[in-house]
Amino acid sequence: MKRTGAQIVWESLLQEGVEVVFGYPGGAIMPVYDALLDYPQIHHVLVRHEENAAFAAGGYARASGRVGVCMATSGPGATNLVTGLADAMLDSVPVVAITGQVASYLVGSDAFQETDVTGVTLPVTKHNYLVKDIGELPQVMKEAFYIARSGRPGPVLVDICKDVQFASTDFDYAAIKVRLPGYQPRLRGADEQIRRAADLINASRRPVILAGHGIILSGAHEELRELAERGNIPISTTLLGIGSIPESHPLNLRMMGMHGEAWTNHAIQSADLLIALGMRFDDRVTGNLASYAKNADVIHVDIDPAEINKNVVTDVGIVGDAKAVLGQLLPLVEYRDRTEWFAQIAEWQAEAKARDILAKQDDSLHVPFVLSELQRQIGGQQVTVVTDVGQHQMWTAQYYRTERKNGLLTSGGLGAMGFGIPTAIGASFARPDDEIWVIVGDGGFQMSIPELATIMQERRPIKIAVMRNGYLGMVRQWQELIHGHRYSEVSITSPDLMKIAAAYGMMGLRAETKAEVAEVIAEARSHGGPVLLDFVVEQEVNVYPMVAPGKALNEMWRRPMREREPVASA
Amino acid sequence: MPLVDHANGHTKKSPHVLMALVENKPGVLTRVASLFRRRGFNIESLTVGRTDNPAISRMTIVVDANKTNAAMVANNLFKLVNVIDVRDVTAEPTVSRDLALIKVKADAQKLFEINQMVDIYKAKVVDICPESVIIEVTGPEAKIESMIKMLEPYGILEMVRTGLVAMVRGSGYFSGLPPMDDNGNNGHHDDNGTGMAIYEA
Ligand SMILES: Cc1cc2nc3c(=O)[nH]c(=O)nc-3n(C[C@H](O)[C@H](O)[C@H](O)COP(=O)(O)OP(=O)(O)OC[C@H]3O[C@@H](n4cnc5c(N)ncnc54)[C@H](O)[C@@H]3O)c2cc1C
Ligand SMILES: Cc1ncc(C[n+]2csc(CCOP(=O)(O)OP(=O)(O)O)c2C)c(N)n1
Ligand SMILES: [Mg+2]
Repeated sequence: MKRTGAQIVWESLLQEGVEVVFGYPGGAIMPVYDALLDYPQIHHVLVRHEENAAFAAGGYARASGRVGVCMATSGPGATNLVTGLADAMLDSVPVVAITGQVASYLVGSDAFQETDVTGVTLPVTKHNYLVKDIGELPQVMKEAFYIARSGRPGPVLVDICKDVQFASTDFDYAAIKVRLPGYQPRLRGADEQIRRAADLINASRRPVILAGHGIILSGAHEELRELAERGNIPISTTLLGIGSIPESHPLNLRMMGMHGEAWTNHAIQSADLLIALGMRFDDRVTGNLASYAKNADVIHVDIDPAEINKNVVTDVGIVGDAKAVLGQLLPLVEYRDRTEWFAQIAEWQAEAKARDILAKQDDSLHVPFVLSELQRQIGGQQVTVVTDVGQHQMWTAQYYRTERKNGLLTSGGLGAMGFGIPTAIGASFARPDDEIWVIVGDGGFQMSIPELATIMQERRPIKIAVMRNGYLGMVRQWQELIHGHRYSEVSITSPDLMKIAAAYGMMGLRAETKAEVAEVIAEARSHGGPVLLDFVVEQEVNVYPMVAPGKALNEMWRRPMREREPVASA
Repeated sequence: MPLVDHANGHTKKSPHVLMALVENKPGVLTRVASLFRRRGFNIESLTVGRTDNPAISRMTIVVDANKTNAAMVANNLFKLVNVIDVRDVTAEPTVSRDLALIKVKADAQKLFEINQMVDIYKAKVVDICPESVIIEVTGPEAKIESMIKMLEPYGILEMVRTGLVAMVRGSGYFSGLPPMDDNGNNGHHDDNGTGMAIYEA
């Protein structure tokens, strides 16, 4: 069958099972947008800024495990994608970005809206292509999807010259063979390493499983739970590992790291064995490396060989897919009692509970209160929560305890403000049956206001909860604690959010006291359409525990037990 | 538990030689160079050249293991889609060669001495003029270093070196693609041939 380049783009997407594309048109991609009219099976979402197309594609991918697709024109359209691609790159999210490029005979001539997009995106994509010849396009489309979703997932960009979009060639997608001699992800672990890992596990007295995003990416939730239960081993999760095991599971110690639970960080520092599964020992996870888990052996399972021994020296490194490797490992793991270990952890937990901000008896409204009320109302229902970046993000990780599998979507590695709302738009297409909540700060919200129009145009019933503390809170916290209370450019005003909601035609709700919180959440949940919630929260509250940069994981700043008491250490 | 030592402060060089097979496609060298820059890998030398297979080029990369973790370089290179295979051959028996062109100040008097040295090093004088000569020397890096040292007293006017190329001794083959199966896998690194992780929402 003869097809034009523009048709080949859409036919390839159809063959890949793509139902929705997030994009923004412009000169160099016009033939593709023209051809879109002939492919009504694919729904195109017109975002209000290309950055949000990339975030939305990532949100779709994070929520579905399938490849998310975004599209933009050359030059400014393509450069606007960069932040969203960088986010997908750092968090291993499968995205295919399609951009128009000037005609092949103009490439390199500084033509109108020409930018070297494959050059610009080289470090923020898993791979990218510039297509100057129609003959290559079908092969490139198939490879792009294959690379994006296989092995360690990531974003792939396909930059297509405008003349290629007009040209035609024979097209038979099913007949194309992906031939990538240099790209062979390894899935099964080496038997010898599996055996050594099992020996370490069975001999350990104080083990901790470190469950990361790789568990979610490989769908190894059941295997993870089984490993913990069979071996009687506590689990802690990274920020991106939240949702790999229900937060209420008795063996789940919850999040580790800079703002992780104190007992979890103590457990890691006292462990004799770390079983790291699909996590990459990010510096927000380890704190100071020289003092990290000094007495622990390390088993590291990761699909990417370059992660093993990158930050932490591994005793047993296993390159492979988490699900496959755990399948090999499970039969060899034996139950151990470990009573002392669990008693020790329980002691740390009791100490921490006394410091919890929720234990504080006063009327002032703070974000953890809002989140625990949200959590209380949602319980085990099919709800997906998406956060933006900042204090509210960390509090969501701590206080919104999701029971839903993969129930929390957040920007981990890039920590990109402006992530929440477009990601929720993408997720809402992947999970049409979920109630979708966005938790966002007053800073991040103001990066995303234009997308409220997209939400309305697309009738997405998303609930957006703005935590309005009048500050770029996370930066303010650092200025308070690390820069001697010198506040520099962190105070931020907001427009009247009720008027914003009204202007966009969505429901607006506000809560200023603890007493109002339950009611506005309930009202938002019972409303069928999108809702903007304005939570007017206390301005200067800090996220604890906090491991200051460069400090050991067990040297945490803790919430003072009483008002005006200095920040406690350890 | 020890740490990965990113910079252990040793002063003595510990060169590691990596050989990489890469697809002969536009932009591949940029990808490799961009990787080195982005990860802060310190590269002593990098050469690229054709092989017996027109679809494949071969790189020889020398890193100083005291400054840069050679295994990390290899693992990250291997992640690039266009890099077919990477091998650290430091511990293997290899033939390695560097080529230098050295322009040395030489009047008629000094020429005799220089010619003798050229003979000893099995080098060649490839250009000669009244005030200078150009010497071509090939060999392992140590030999070149040694010759440079000997020529220094005469006054080196200009020098260019190609960087190291290496080949493992014996009849093993590292410059072409092994046959592929129907999935496009060459059986090098994949155990089940699908290359796919399994996803769930
Ligand atoms: C303000 C802020 C504060 C933060 N504080 C914390 C904190 O306190 N604690 C915390 O944990 N994080 C924190 N983070 C997030 C942190 O920066 C990292 O993003 C996060 O720790 C990474 O988690 P991960 O390693 O599980 O996931 P990723 O970075 O996504 O890594 C996943 C790993 O799994 C591997 N993998 C992928 N697929 C598979 C597969 N199929 N099988 C096996 N392996 C696979 C990948 O190769 C990779 O190594 C914070 C972020 C922000 C913005
Ligand atoms: C795009 C971007 N710019 C800057 C930052 C640095 N930064 C991290 S958190 C933060 C403050 C976020 O403020 P807000 O959205 O109000 O959330 P809060 O911390 O107050 O909950 C900033 C500026 C960032 N992460 N992303
Ligand atoms: Mg704020």
